[in-house]
Amino acid sequence: MAETALAPLPGRTTRRIRVATSVTIVVAVALAVLIVPPLAQLDQQAVDLSNKLHPPSWAHPFGTDDVGRDLLLRCVYGLRVSLLVGLVAALTATVIGTAIGALAGSFGGWPDRVVMRIVDTLSSIPHLLLGIFIVAMFRPGVWPVIISVALTHWISTARIVRSEVLSLRSRPFIDAAVSGGASRVRVIVRHLLPGVLPQAGLAAVLMVPHAMWHESALSFLGLGLPAHQASLGNLVQSARGSLLAGDWWPTLFPGLFLIIPTLALAGIAGAWRDRINPRRKSELML
Amino acid sequence: MKPRLPWGPMARMTGRRALFAVPVLLTVTFGVFAVAAASPFDPVKAYAGTAGLTASQENLDQLRANLGVDQPLVTRWWNWLTSALQGDLGDSSVMRQPVSDVIVERMGWSVLLAASAFLIAILLGTALGVLAARRPGGWLDRAVSSAAYTLEAAPSFWLGLLAIWLFALKLDLLPAGGLTDAASETITFGQVASHLVLPAAVLGISQLPWFFLYVRQGVTDALAEDPVRGARARGLSERTVLLGHALRSGMLPMLTLIGSRVPELITGALLIETVFSWPGIAAATVEAATSVDFSLLAALTVLATAAVLLGNLLSDLLYGLADPRVAFDG
Repeated sequence: MAETALAPLPGRTTRRIRVATSVTIVVAVALAVLIVPPLAQLDQQAVDLSNKLHPPSWAHPFGTDDVGRDLLLRCVYGLRVSLLVGLVAALTATVIGTAIGALAGSFGGWPDRVVMRIVDTLSSIPHLLLGIFIVAMFRPGVWPVIISVALTHWISTARIVRSEVLSLRSRPFIDAAVSGGASRVRVIVRHLLPGVLPQAGLAAVLMVPHAMWHESALSFLGLGLPAHQASLGNLVQSARGSLLAGDWWPTLFPGLFLIIPTLALAGIAGAWRDRINPRRKSELML
Repeated sequence: MKPRLPWGPMARMTGRRALFAVPVLLTVTFGVFAVAAASPFDPVKAYAGTAGLTASQENLDQLRANLGVDQPLVTRWWNWLTSALQGDLGDSSVMRQPVSDVIVERMGWSVLLAASAFLIAILLGTALGVLAARRPGGWLDRAVSSAAYTLEAAPSFWLGLLAIWLFALKLDLLPAGGLTDAASETITFGQVASHLVLPAAVLGISQLPWFFLYVRQGVTDALAEDPVRGARARGLSERTVLLGHALRSGMLPMLTLIGSRVPELITGALLIETVFSWPGIAAATVEAATSVDFSLLAALTVLATAAVLLGNLLSDLLYGLADPRVAFDG
């Protein structure tokens, strides 16, 4: 996405603060989605019509929704669902992309050309549209959403891994391994894959917010997770009625829960990229 | 003397791309049919609807034969392809009219929305980009850049909903959605214009970060180059240097790459047209998906792919024109 290397660079201290903030947010998010659900005093599904559509207050910091559920708790649950879907989808996409990219790059020749043609073809369909098509054909649900995100997102990882493999392939240590009698599989697994893992890992971290965005967009369109599962997209979707009646809080907070972790993950990925690739300092990367 | 355009190389590149587009589009159409065949989706049940629950097996088999669903995948794909090439894309079950009519009716509204959004993004992105590039690292630059990154992380449908809340409900300035007022029978220019403002602004602003960051980068780079140094040495005013020299070379890469933004534009339109009930082609895609209208969905997916390929071609042609060092090959 936006790849910018701009002058003047922020100072070392600013960058440290930025990374520290990002890490703190991600840790806080992780703790919240892991710890809050088992400890919560309130049931996030419990309907309490006498409490419906309360604006934010001390008792309900994010207010309550149209059937009286606490929105802070709903958002934490929503983030939990969206994060889980995002993680599984990003991991699947990374595994597919790394495998295909490594095979194409190390075999070369016609397998490489065929794979790259497929990659070119797939990347000329807008991702969300392809996702919508897959989900429409397989009926909305958790697995179709994960599969549709994974099937549309492995492409960029495959491109990155392939080009890394191509540049690693001509290094002397690979020649040494081959002349030492290593099999093709051994060369790929022991010598090529470890070299591309940092790049693939970076791509995976960046893909998590992307995958969360996809899930939210699909759920918002009514093509994602079933309505009873409180993903962030479903929360925004179900808040539409209240919004049109003038109540902003059920819409605002789920969106913020999507933006803040996204920015934090992008901050961490930016710092990580500077580490693997020190010549090019990046700003926030999304 | 006006430089002559390189028509020959441009035509050759267009021809090569058209040749490349044929297998891509064929693969996409076949892929669409293959996914549908592998899915639990059953065209017969979709066609019969609730009547299918009570129909006898004979009737269902008859329907299956009529629809041609009993034939193998490749045959069905080939039949669809040959009739599509003759202009018959089948019938849309959700819109209850031929798919080609749906496309013709709605295409114009989508193009209007997309073009207005692009215009907003280009104008605003250029203005902010120049202002930010004037003092990189200054407060304005830092504020706008942070806003751009935040905006890039914000889902556009969420922005659209908040915009409806603010501008349509609280301030009561603009209509919340649709193409005309509900009571209106005819489509007038004023009605459409007032209904266009919010969706176009939100779609444009969701595309803004890319335009802004590109112009900012381009102008920052141009300010460090020799022509600008020369202009400054000749004693030209800062304003002339910035707008006459740096902006001209800094904006060029962004303008030429507009064509490559088509996928993001389609993605944005899918969400924004739905949020604002804009009667365009992207909203029809979502409706087709919700009610599993395969004919419409397949045609629109292929259409979107063609639009992306066309956008890529356009941006490569413009890029070659703007920068003569780039050859028209590939």
